[in-house]
Amino acid sequence: MSCMKRLCHETRSHDRLRRTLAVCLRLSRRLLLKMSEERDAAALSGSAQTEGEEDLFVSAMESPEAARLSAEDISPSSNGPKAEPMLLDDDPDDLFAEATEEVSLDSPERQPILSDGPSPVITPVTPVMISSRADVFDRSPDQDEDEEENRDTFDIQISVSDPEKVGDGMNAYMVYKVLTKTSLSIFSRDEVCVKRRFSDFLGLHSKLASKYMHMGYIVPPAPEKSIVGMTKVKVGKEDLSSVEFVEKRRSALERYLLRTVKHPALLKDPDVLQFLESSELPRAVSTQALSGAGILRMVNKAADAVNKMTIKMNESDAWFEEKQQQFENLDVQLRKLHASVESLVCHRKELSVNTASFAKSAAMLGNSEDHTALSRALSQLAEVEEKIDQLHQDQACADFYLISELLGDYVRLITAVKGVFDQRMKTWAKCQDAQVMLQRKREAEAKLQHANKPDKLQQAKDEIREWEGKVQQGERDFEQISKNIRREVGRFEKDRVKDFRVVIIKYLESLVHTQQQMIKYWEAFLPEAKAIA
Amino acid sequence: MQEGLDDGPDFLSEEDRGPRAVNVDLQTDATLQVDISDALSERDKVKFTVHTKSTLPNFKQNEFSVVRQHEEFIWLHDSFVENEEYAGYIIPPAPPKPDFDASREKLQKLGEGEGSMTKEEFTKMKQELEAEYLAIFKKTVAMHEVFLCRVAAHPVLRKDLNFHVFLEYNQDLSVRGKNKKEKLEDFFKNVVKSADGVLVAGVKDVDDFFEHEKTFLLEYHNRVKDASAKSDRMISKNAFCVWPSVNGVKSLTCFLFCSLINRFFLKVSELFEKTRKIEARVAADEDLKLADLLKYYLRESQAAKDLLYRRGRALADYENANKALDKARAKNKDVLQAETTQQVCCQKFEKISESAKQELIDFKTRRVAAFRKNLVELAELELKHAKGNLQLLQSCLGVLKGDT
Repeated sequence: MSCMKRLCHETRSHDRLRRTLAVCLRLSRRLLLKMSEERDAAALSGSAQTEGEEDLFVSAMESPEAARLSAEDISPSSNGPKAEPMLLDDDPDDLFAEATEEVSLDSPERQPILSDGPSPVITPVTPVMISSRADVFDRSPDQDEDEEENRDTFDIQISVSDPEKVGDGMNAYMVYKVLTKTSLSIFSRDEVCVKRRFSDFLGLHSKLASKYMHMGYIVPPAPEKSIVGMTKVKVGKEDLSSVEFVEKRRSALERYLLRTVKHPALLKDPDVLQFLESSELPRAVSTQALSGAGILRMVNKAADAVNKMTIKMNESDAWFEEKQQQFENLDVQLRKLHASVESLVCHRKELSVNTASFAKSAAMLGNSEDHTALSRALSQLAEVEEKIDQLHQDQACADFYLISELLGDYVRLITAVKGVFDQRMKTWAKCQDAQVMLQRKREAEAKLQHANKPDKLQQAKDEIREWEGKVQQGERDFEQISKNIRREVGRFEKDRVKDFRVVIIKYLESLVHTQQQMIKYWEAFLPEAKAIA
Repeated sequence: MQEGLDDGPDFLSEEDRGPRAVNVDLQTDATLQVDISDALSERDKVKFTVHTKSTLPNFKQNEFSVVRQHEEFIWLHDSFVENEEYAGYIIPPAPPKPDFDASREKLQKLGEGEGSMTKEEFTKMKQELEAEYLAIFKKTVAMHEVFLCRVAAHPVLRKDLNFHVFLEYNQDLSVRGKNKKEKLEDFFKNVVKSADGVLVAGVKDVDDFFEHEKTFLLEYHNRVKDASAKSDRMISKNAFCVWPSVNGVKSLTCFLFCSLINRFFLKVSELFEKTRKIEARVAADEDLKLADLLKYYLRESQAAKDLLYRRGRALADYENANKALDKARAKNKDVLQAETTQQVCCQKFEKISESAKQELIDFKTRRVAAFRKNLVELAELELKHAKGNLQLLQSCLGVLKGDT
């Protein structure tokens, strides 16, 4: 909080903005405090609470201390303070989650708290894993990832299936079965089956995002909430649109999980593992729109938007500039394409309806026709058209699930990628701010030297040292995030190409199938038509 | 725009010069052969060149051509309808008015939006719209031709004087389209007629054949109307179900600015371009074979209904005349007059009945033949296009899969 105050007060150039931000954050902090008091967050002790608040706002200002906790720094030996309640490192969002069982499964990549003095909790805590998993962390993850890709035994299959409605009325929700089949060693069993609901997925995503986004990892975005769709399901309408909605969601969740585990770092993340394996998952209340965390998210978003406008980064690296431009273009193109594919899906559905009604009409015409052979032929025509109508429907499904949804996913992914670039910008800004602070501290010290106040001088020197450390840290962070981003973008581009290739081939195969069926139907009809005497 | 459409030789060369009568199965009779050898589309009218080959003595030459416009066709049709002599025949339905408005509008919009798209897109869209215009043009020519051929094939109508004038007189017939007053009169006439028609139809006919035909035609006509409307909707919807246009596909390829894979997606985009063309042809063919067939028979069945109406009217008149005669005989007043009226009505009725029977039987034969021809052609074309599509898709898939 104090550091935040410092930042607020001392950044002259964006003074007013920052001040407004600070006010907002203070207000939301008060709100959250109130809410946290009301809730029975048993895991939080008094001190943790204050620390937690700070954590809250540190995350809001996105100060990435994570460089210190980057995987490379983890050595198996620093398995030290396991038993400490790691609540202080808890995600801000988890502030309002019910007691988690996460004590022993803390990820090394959590944010530490940025507090005034050296906090006891800043020491990087390694994942306290069951020993069988420790081997995964013996090597550096970079090496790990390369090996994994070379090994080509990315052997994990996830399926999301069997949506079940639980509960009644407005409190109802859908539960999905998540089945994981794998031969990877980080999983405790070969095959795990758990039940999850939509908010669990959202909770997983928000945890991953808060852990990894600021390090430059591209975290796959979760499927979007849909109030309309869910309300229909809750109300219990068993009609076509709610069935479609549930199916759409199920498929999106499956793709989401697959994408998440494809990411080598995320695959090893304890949250992900817990999600896939543990039978009971604490309810991710923080994903609700009106929860404390939800409001915080909104505030954060506002803060981010303001920041984006006000930070002017000196881009020294042409690669980043080029990539950012590319992604901007990509975003625009992709959205356009997505829109036109969605309209294609619509049209095809309408075509199927029209074909069905024509088929009926042709059947009736056949009925009233008194020439028997012609009548029969017309009825046959009606049947053919009916089958074609079914074909159209199937094709529309294929259009939709294969192409349109994929494009939609990628539109969201691109947003995540852009977010990562923004994170880098923030890191840079942080680094700059630290440098400015350092400069000021030095000036202050120089002044004090003249004024000859020895006690204050010592403090000033301490502060200078602290800020020098921070500047170094900031620079390291920036380098780290830049490196991460390069790697992530490279991986993203490869994956994207692979993804689309696979999907397009599948789509073409579906088109082939449709044409083959059409040929079959018309070939069956032709002799009937010829038989009209 | 218009220059590109003075399309005489071009459009003729595309289709085979076989019996162009799409929906009607006609015997080519050497004594009188009529066709439309050329057509010109101008600002707001179409000029048809009607070409006649005949060995009949009525004509001054054996082969000649005149230029006619749509209104003159309508005039000819109306003259048949109004002629009492032809009451017992199914008058071939008049061709629909050439309607290029929609197409013209689209072309205009394209022209206005020229600045906002790339040259390539513009030329592509222009080509597509021009093809559409051409298709409509071809269709309207075919409709007019079918009308003339039907008249020429009809044993009685072909001898009609107005028809000969229409074919031969190489000056302008000075037929003006109906002005508003006349259109209004027509409208009222139609209202009266349909009311009357309902009354007449209610009268049960002694003759089984006609009774059956009446019920059949009524139902058939309605169902054809329905089927025609639905097929139109279906076919026009088909036109939308194509993979996104040039724009969309380009975006897809731009999407992957990874040079290795660009080849993959270039192939895919080529594929989609080609399938798009095929889909367009499918829609056009379906339109021609199915929708037009139904539309034509909608009009023909209406003409057949009209015939039945006229006969019904004649029957009613005859019965009224009988009643009047009985009354006159009873009153012993104006008996002779009543008798002559009755005889006239009787003759008229019998004449109509006789020819109507034949006409209706012919109608059925024609109808069955036309449906057969068109359905067979429809199935064959669908097969052809589906196979073409399939081949394209399979070859592209083969290349793509092998292209790891």
